[in-house]
Amino acid sequence: MTDKGQFVWKRRHLVGLDELSAAEILHILDTAESFREVSTRSIKKVPALRGKVVALLFFEDSTRTRMSFELAASRLSADTVLFTAKGSSLAKGETTLDTARNIEAMGVDIFVIRHGQAGAPHMLARKLRSSVINAGDGQHEHPTQALLDIFTIRQRLGRIEGLKVAIVGDIAHSRVARSNIIGLRKLGAEVVVVGPPTLVPSAISAMGCDICHHLDDVLGEVDVINILRIQFERFGGNLFPSVREYSRLYGMNAERLKRCKKDVLIMHPGPINRGVEMTSDVADGPNSCILQQVTNGLAVRMAVLYLVSQGTE
Amino acid sequence: MNDILITNGRVIDPASGLDAVADVAIAKGRIVRVAPPGRISRRAREVIDARGKIVAPGLIDLHVHCREPGHEEEETIATSAAAAVAGGFATICAMPNTHPPMDDEAAIQYVLQRCQEADLARVLPIGCITKAREGKELAEMAMMHSAGAVAFSDDGDGVASTAVMYRALQYAKLLDVPLMQHCQDPDLLTGEMNSGAVAVRMGMGGIAAAGEQIMLRRDLELVERTAARYHMCHVSTAGSVRLLREAKAAGLPVTAEAAPHHLLLTDAACEGFDPVYKVNPPLRTAEDVQAVREGVADGTIDCLATDHAPHAAEEKELEFGLAPFGVMALECALGLYVKALIDTKLLDWPGLIARMTINPARVIGQELGTLAAGAVADVTIIDPNRRWTVRAERFRSKSRNCPYDGWRLRGRPVMTIVGGVIKYAG
Repeated sequence: MTDKGQFVWKRRHLVGLDELSAAEILHILDTAESFREVSTRSIKKVPALRGKVVALLFFEDSTRTRMSFELAASRLSADTVLFTAKGSSLAKGETTLDTARNIEAMGVDIFVIRHGQAGAPHMLARKLRSSVINAGDGQHEHPTQALLDIFTIRQRLGRIEGLKVAIVGDIAHSRVARSNIIGLRKLGAEVVVVGPPTLVPSAISAMGCDICHHLDDVLGEVDVINILRIQFERFGGNLFPSVREYSRLYGMNAERLKRCKKDVLIMHPGPINRGVEMTSDVADGPNSCILQQVTNGLAVRMAVLYLVSQGTE
Repeated sequence: MNDILITNGRVIDPASGLDAVADVAIAKGRIVRVAPPGRISRRAREVIDARGKIVAPGLIDLHVHCREPGHEEEETIATSAAAAVAGGFATICAMPNTHPPMDDEAAIQYVLQRCQEADLARVLPIGCITKAREGKELAEMAMMHSAGAVAFSDDGDGVASTAVMYRALQYAKLLDVPLMQHCQDPDLLTGEMNSGAVAVRMGMGGIAAAGEQIMLRRDLELVERTAARYHMCHVSTAGSVRLLREAKAAGLPVTAEAAPHHLLLTDAACEGFDPVYKVNPPLRTAEDVQAVREGVADGTIDCLATDHAPHAAEEKELEFGLAPFGVMALECALGLYVKALIDTKLLDWPGLIARMTINPARVIGQELGTLAAGAVADVTIIDPNRRWTVRAERFRSKSRNCPYDGWRLRGRPVMTIVGGVIKYAG
């Protein structure tokens, strides 16, 4: 066991929670705790990354993750450069690796990358000299989202170990679900994934979670319900018949909330489709911590940027 | 006087049931005689001492992507042929998913002409089943056959339309050649690797075993109706092995091949997102690997074939999801088969050699793959105990996408003779 006080962070990259130990995850959360206070100051800046350059490579659309990283970097006094490209960089004839190498040649210390292809940050971490932080790769991982989710759960409920967390929605195509399952399991929570069989691959149980296809069956027994955004583009594949039917089966509403534990925590990674995966009274009610998640995201990303800049391997 | 006399080797010729220390005499491109040591006059232009070595019929690979015409930056017929003889192969079959696809007489003649110019391994062309590999209209199979095509395949894709496949099987009976099917239902080709726990964890779309088996089941039904010859390419799933076993027991004219990667690698290899492990059909599970090995051992799978698929380095430097399918194996295949099948005691040397010589020769109906007197003098001499390390950078192939780079293997071809001429000596 590593003593918290003596823990030495070694990683130069954060490509996924899969690679991290429980101690490393806790160290990120503890570091984030110490950065949380910075946002409450009148001068919201520390010099931790002064003189460093953070490049944000967003090959896929993002609003909150990108802004959160941008703000986190600036609060650490780093300079940021932003690259955005819709769709594949190949469409323009340049590979992801070449794009990154060109930007690296301008003198970059940390890459924050979001990419539609699973494994893209892993490839860059192997080939580049700079640090690489995964801001979402395809349907694979979104480690900082899971870290901020776990951070928020710990803040609200005081612990992770022994909790039971439901993740509801399109599990098959969700990187948020994967990173949450991995992180929560490593810290000793139970996880049940909930959704129709077309959106919940049976093989996901190999990641250590339970599967339930009926939301109503788990309501009374869980401490946290993390509700994923329904991705409308998925209907083309006939993965579910209609939004109306989905909402009937998996939509969180006041009536369902009544059947939950009194202090159940309602989470959502955003952006919400109000009235589809949850009603407004739930989203804005006392059990919801959706905006707190966003606030905490900043502290978590400051912690991650800071830690990888200290990494040696 | 004989041209070549190979002395004192362990001569293994599964076609004639021979496995004994013997001398082999070659003249005018043909096998003259195989006889116990010392019985043949030592007066020959070249005497090769094969003591401690295996003397086998020239190895045959039914499934090679030579990339020419169209992707000469990845491989050419000449570099394929050079790689082939270095791997012990006297004969390789060239798959027609080139650019343009080999779907007419001229394309077949082109391959044969390039093969002649290279003058190394024998390269036998496979023609497309359908025009432009589009799966719609039958290609001119009879004309391609007269020009030298030995089989037909739309490899890379299966023939999706049941009606087209039915017609193709009926028509191919005219020629008594096999249709070689890449079994994959296109509707179920929804990913980049095997579906299962590894793909789910990686967030990758999956290629279900069912997609292979559904097309195989359909085709077996059509083969039963037409009694046409059918060859299943690169068997990758336990379910396919079971279906083939049943089909053979029922007496259907079905043959099959297995590739080294489906005998040695599982989908767990994809975990680091390295596209060198991206191949179609994909790497499956350990149970599938075991079933394919057993299928080869019990004869359900008749042949070993590499599905050698070279790709340019820049293509395999892409993200896993964007990189093309394919792995190379031509120059290290023999050692890989030894590792998968002999080291595991599933096969002995005669069994392995049968699956690399006479069995594939029978699939394509060529009088090759034997050391019987009068046969074409294709001979591969193998050092069965030579331990060596695969070094992709030394390949004669143009590409380097080889998942076995750095592997330690046992068993290596030391000489390849094609038509009575030494084409490789290592």
